[in-house]
Amino acid sequence: MKYSVQIVGVGGQGVLLASMVLGTAAMRAGYKVRMSEVHGMAQRGGSVLSTLRFGDDVVSPLEATGGADLIMGFEPMETVRSMKLGSRDTAVLMNLDPVYPGNVAAGFDTYPGIDVLLNEIKSRNDHVVTVEATEIALKAGKAVAANAVMIGAVAAMKGFPLGRDLLKEVLLETVPPKSTDLNSKAFDMGYEAVSKHD
Amino acid sequence: MADLLSESGKQLLLGNEAITRGLFEAGVRFASTYPGTPSSEVGNLLEEYSERAGMYFEFSSNEKTAVEVAAAAASSGVRSFAFMKHVGLNVAADPLMTLAYSGVRAGMVIMSADDPSAHSSQNEQDNRYYSTLALIPMVEPSDPQEAKDFLREAYAISEKLGLPLLYRTTTRVNHARADVVLGSIMTDTPLKGHFEKDDRHFVNIPAFAVHNRVRLLERMKQAAELSEASPLNRIEGEGDIGVITSGVSYCYVKECVSGVSILKLGFTNPLPEKKIADFIRGRKAVVVVEELEPFLEDQVLRICAQNGISVHVYGKRDGTLPREWEFSPDTMQRLKDIVTVYPAPVPMKGTELTLPGRPPSLCAGCPHRGIYAATKRAVGKTPVVYCSDIGCYTLGVQPPFGTADFIICMGGGAGAAGGFAQATDQKAIAFIGDSTFFHAGVQPLTSALFNRHNIVMVILDNRTTAMTGHQPNPGTGRHFGGIDTDSVDIESVVKGIGVGFVRTVDPYDVLSCVKVMREAIEYDGVAVVISKCPCPLLLKKERTLAKKVCYVDQDKCVRCYTCLRTIACPALIKKDERVEVDPSQCIGCGMCANVCPKKSIEVRQ
Ligand code: SF4
Ligand code: SF4
Repeated sequence: MKYSVQIVGVGGQGVLLASMVLGTAAMRAGYKVRMSEVHGMAQRGGSVLSTLRFGDDVVSPLEATGGADLIMGFEPMETVRSMKLGSRDTAVLMNLDPVYPGNVAAGFDTYPGIDVLLNEIKSRNDHVVTVEATEIALKAGKAVAANAVMIGAVAAMKGFPLGRDLLKEVLLETVPPKSTDLNSKAFDMGYEAVSKHD
Repeated sequence: MADLLSESGKQLLLGNEAITRGLFEAGVRFASTYPGTPSSEVGNLLEEYSERAGMYFEFSSNEKTAVEVAAAAASSGVRSFAFMKHVGLNVAADPLMTLAYSGVRAGMVIMSADDPSAHSSQNEQDNRYYSTLALIPMVEPSDPQEAKDFLREAYAISEKLGLPLLYRTTTRVNHARADVVLGSIMTDTPLKGHFEKDDRHFVNIPAFAVHNRVRLLERMKQAAELSEASPLNRIEGEGDIGVITSGVSYCYVKECVSGVSILKLGFTNPLPEKKIADFIRGRKAVVVVEELEPFLEDQVLRICAQNGISVHVYGKRDGTLPREWEFSPDTMQRLKDIVTVYPAPVPMKGTELTLPGRPPSLCAGCPHRGIYAATKRAVGKTPVVYCSDIGCYTLGVQPPFGTADFIICMGGGAGAAGGFAQATDQKAIAFIGDSTFFHAGVQPLTSALFNRHNIVMVILDNRTTAMTGHQPNPGTGRHFGGIDTDSVDIESVVKGIGVGFVRTVDPYDVLSCVKVMREAIEYDGVAVVISKCPCPLLLKKERTLAKKVCYVDQDKCVRCYTCLRTIACPALIKKDERVEVDPSQCIGCGMCANVCPKKSIEVRQ
């Protein structure tokens, strides 16, 4: 068994934390784990990508283009930008709440419509699951819990090999103790949102 | 989270965490660095762990000094480790070359973290050549587990030979993460040594140096024998075709290529020539898989020639594999006519939409924005060359600032400014960070004074080494590992070497900065402006950032967009015609309020 996840988003969205939670859970489930992370300059608000591969025999820290079993898109435009990481068989979990790049925020460039972005992926892939992670996180208490929503959501994805309880356990160990309630709630709401989807 | 002092077990470690643990398992007692991606996390970890691990650790002011202090420790019988990014080794090359002549008495390892694809660097130089240039042994791990385990072996090799050893990693080893099995921590190496004088070896005057070179060449012969017998160089699998590989490339071969015999090299200078010749002999073909330069390949070709072996060697010289950029599983597809390669997946077609870019950018409230905006305004139409340097402030290259026209290396902008001032009629303005100033900025400033260059040096003093993850520098003083030191005051340094025009400004007060910059530009001679303001990201990390936010009074705002155009803070948002503030990003620094001609932005607590 081999499974690979490409997590894409924007610096500051908690992509590294999410990949750490998934990776730790995979290790605890008894798999070998190989990951690759982006550090340094890209973290200053740029596009970030974190690769996670686990299974009985993984060696490479990077995945082949198109080889992802799952793309976890923390940001809609970044998900579209990174489509080629997956194939038509790849499961795609896509957060629909955008983070505007500086040039867009300042009014010098325009952000494509969310429906346009969604259509870009849906026209290529039948396994797209969407979630409004930031909005759900706000309902759970705070926007920063959006990554907990995403981790909850991924736990509910069809065919995802790591269990709900394991993922939640690792998540709650990873976040600061004072935000346990918030993250726990956000995780559950993310899970529910995707379960309903099917 | 990782616990790097735990007794045993398995942990999910970043390559740099594994390396840090490896130092404890190898009984290293002295470590030094100048931060640089992809090696930086090791420094942050040692700042946290060294005291508990029974190790002395320092951030030296540059890589050259880091190698020198570590050399002294190893020459006194204390196991030492100096680490840096690839370009850092250029700075440390001077001590390295002669240190090989002197030799060391306890193990000394120098880690060069190379950056194929230049993820966070200005070039992709292949530092393996330093091992052949300096005549020192080299070890290359392939993954986090090896990055930890090979250190123990590296120290044993270094001690057997009495030579410093080059430990060469790359981004995909340092920033890979994997399950790593911990070994035992070594506790019996000495924390303090004693320097036994021996001028014939440690004083390389010409009369001694010529003999030390002979001794060094002898030691490298001995190293070749070690390499032949080393478990770090091993053969796996069977097949008519032989693949020779090292570093992270091994992982791609191992996972994507089948039906071949692999010679995996971990001890890569000197190469095990006999082992290689034996491996190649009788093969249908040989493929050398390595990132960047044909370092192994050229030696393999030589070994074939010297041993009368006639076999085709696929690699970079025949164009099979690229010389530029890092490898990945995709690269292995280029071998599919030669060996069996795992079939490539069919990726989704890329989008045809033109998506707005998302380059990294200076943070909201970053003080560099203020001094850049002020400089641009002060410069106006004056022809200038903006010489910049290595740090977050490099991002000034982007619009709307465009305050980086020439960047080559640490301190390079300051040096080049003097050249532009002499060779052109353009005004030369050099931007340099506080940490970079101490690393390599004092020397070019002194030289500019000495030669009366007409330059402005703007020192962006944000009280930290921000880009690499907020390490301390001489300007901040040191407060870890049981040692507390005062900060070195930049203004005193600059005045002390005799600069006539020195002003310290607050970059958040953009309009005042404009006035000072105008004076500096008009000044005949060397002018220094110190833009002093702590990095807000650091304050956030330390939880000392005063919570403030600004508001735009929509009745007063005339929609001139001066704020957006000059500060371009990511917290300023244009919604329809209105300028609004994103309170989740805004830190209330007041730069936008300062430049607003109608005073329609107000900062509130
Ligand atoms: S500069 Fe001031 S007046 Fe002009 S748009 Fe900005 S806030 Fe409004
Ligand atoms: S006060 Fe203005 S410049 Fe400063 S962070 Fe807020 S929006 Fe940005």
